[in-house]
Amino acid sequence: MDLTFTPEEEAFRAEVRTFLAEKMPTRLSDKIRKGQHLTKAEHEEWHALLNARGWLANHWPVEWGGTGWTVMQRFIFETETALANAPRVLPFGLSMIGPVLLKYGSEEQKRHWLPRILDGSDWWCQGYSEPGAGSDLASLKTSAVRDGDHYVVNGQKTWTTLAQHANMMFCLVRTNSDGKKQDGISFLLIDMATPGIEVRPIKLLSGDHEVNEVFFTDVRVPVENLVGEENRGWTYAKYLLTYERTNIAGVGASMAAFGELVEIARTQRRNGRPLAEDPQFAARLARLEIDLENMKTTNLRVLVAAGEGAAPVAESSMLKIRGTEIRQSIDDLMRRAAGTHARPWIPESFEGGWNGEPVGPEWAGPVATHYFNDRKLSIFGGSNEVQREIITKAILEL
Amino acid sequence: MDFSLGDDRQMLVDSLRRFLADKLPFAQRKTAAFEGSGWSRDVWGQLAELGAISALFDESVGGFGGSPFDVGVVFGELGRAIATGPWLSALQAGHVLAAAGRTDDLAALIDGSQVVGYAEEEADTWFDPAGIQTRATATATGWVLDGAKTVVSCAGTVDRLVVVARGDSGLSTFLVDRGATGMTVRDYLVIDGGSAGDVTFAATPAVLVGEAGGAGPVIETARALGLVALAWEGVAVMDVLRDQTLDYLRTRKQFGIPIGKFQALQHRMATLALEIEQARSAAINAADRFLGTRVERERAVSAAKATIGKAGSLVAEEAIQMHGGIGMTWELALSHYAKRLVMIGHELGDEDHHLARYIDLGHELADSDA
Repeated sequence: MDLTFTPEEEAFRAEVRTFLAEKMPTRLSDKIRKGQHLTKAEHEEWHALLNARGWLANHWPVEWGGTGWTVMQRFIFETETALANAPRVLPFGLSMIGPVLLKYGSEEQKRHWLPRILDGSDWWCQGYSEPGAGSDLASLKTSAVRDGDHYVVNGQKTWTTLAQHANMMFCLVRTNSDGKKQDGISFLLIDMATPGIEVRPIKLLSGDHEVNEVFFTDVRVPVENLVGEENRGWTYAKYLLTYERTNIAGVGASMAAFGELVEIARTQRRNGRPLAEDPQFAARLARLEIDLENMKTTNLRVLVAAGEGAAPVAESSMLKIRGTEIRQSIDDLMRRAAGTHARPWIPESFEGGWNGEPVGPEWAGPVATHYFNDRKLSIFGGSNEVQREIITKAILEL
Repeated sequence: MDFSLGDDRQMLVDSLRRFLADKLPFAQRKTAAFEGSGWSRDVWGQLAELGAISALFDESVGGFGGSPFDVGVVFGELGRAIATGPWLSALQAGHVLAAAGRTDDLAALIDGSQVVGYAEEEADTWFDPAGIQTRATATATGWVLDGAKTVVSCAGTVDRLVVVARGDSGLSTFLVDRGATGMTVRDYLVIDGGSAGDVTFAATPAVLVGEAGGAGPVIETARALGLVALAWEGVAVMDVLRDQTLDYLRTRKQFGIPIGKFQALQHRMATLALEIEQARSAAINAADRFLGTRVERERAVSAAKATIGKAGSLVAEEAIQMHGGIGMTWELALSHYAKRLVMIGHELGDEDHHLARYIDLGHELADSDA
């Protein structure tokens, strides 16, 4: 056993840190640190900065703009960017439709769409969930009927993250209702400007607007926007579950957030002593730290196995479950640390440019909002219940 | 032994429930809680007419109830409707006024004509009055206050405030009218609906309520009453979340069957039901022990708050999780009940605070037995 990073990996870490120090605008990292919302332009700015360095699509094949990094290098990159409060790279283009096109797209589709992901021409959103198809995604009903050179799409998608910014959607549609439900699904690329598409915001309990409903009424999609074969879409959709899920635990982001929590526990005083010395809070903090430390090693074990060619499906599910639980626990302790100051709710303070006076310590402003908003972590991307099903079947064979 | 509410109390419960279902259905509540002042003075006045405030106080001071169980059922019904407004303040401020024999001021609070807020918490007090720093000074023309209070419920819209401040002889309580000299209020919404505010005093004239320096035991009892209220409110919110989640488990179908048929979810729901019944017992215990010795009372209210805090975050989180994405939405009442339940944990001390307090009070009990 050797749990140390190699000198090459440490050199790489230094290279990433140098890049972040030199190129990342503090304007962006300040917003992330304060828990403020990034604008569309700010997301695009960060993507462009990474793209200029050649690191945006770091997990893609080199010939399509990837870096050839090992899984460990990718992990180091994810961790260092999170620790530096860099914006996250949005997954919809880079980690979702990109890999599907690389594996199943036609040469023409790859040549057309992949460069546009890199240069920011397209903002993709994911058309998977429907009101009646959540955990049971394969029961989706949005239909696509062939009409000459087009598919005519009717139906509704929901929980579509950041669709308000998107100009393209990759969408699962039903092209056949006979037989097994998984066998009648196709994978379409839909221009969001097509007539018949309506995007309606869904307001979350935290007041945030991140997700949307998308309605399709006789939306005509050119047949060349079909990915792969008709009725084979379920295979492509599932491919995402096995691809690039090794960072799903969000260990880097949790390490950054945990560091902030420790700092708060040191400085926030409660009944005349720092929270870190309050026995109840200290116990909560210690349990969380232990879990996070264990998670780091679990994640590294999965990474090393993946680097040796394993396809970690059920292991990814473990990382997803515990990774999201850890993140939610950090949010939970942050709100507990805020005491009475968890309740004040000033939505305008979550936007850049707000210069108001915080109520209580500045860090307390968004903690309850984050706590409630991050309940989504155990629901989306395959709920933690679905992940447990995968573990039950794939590892435990029950 | 009898765990029924009794006829009078049941009548109060029924009339409050009917009124709130009619006048403050969720659509109205959502609007009232997040617009303007964050609460409806109109609904407040009508609830006062129905006896919701008089039920909180003893007949000897002009009320119509005043037992901790009366307090419990009123807050239970407010919780069932997640009604916003300075209810907890009215309870605590009213107790202070009653203890000082200020029956005229209390009468105006009870009939709804004067809404009285309660300002005890400060940025660094962490629910322990030992940390209160707002100063009270006796001058030739009367008392003046200097200092700052934080997250004071409905601070910008109440007519007057009962303020806890420290003078040379210890803690005292004062009445301060809205708009008093040197008083500023910064208002904001709170995440569970309703509003609060930070209040500052600079040589603000104030009227002493009760004995100078003698407020300690009074504000402790007021807080204990508040904890009974929050415990009963919390249980009512949990009941609603349980019922809404059960409805969802019975009607939401995935994989061709209601998701409530999945054993994994059934067992989690069973755990919630158990925790809620334990919380209900804690709330009953808190009301029951209220008339015992100080240590008995305080241990029971801290036990209840610790129980409600632990059960509350579990029930809120599980109710959202079992609903999936829809449980995350503003449109659904469920998420607002979940927010209220978690934020009850942030009023009058959280689970950890009260667990520690329960332990400390246990030492006191052991010492007094020895």
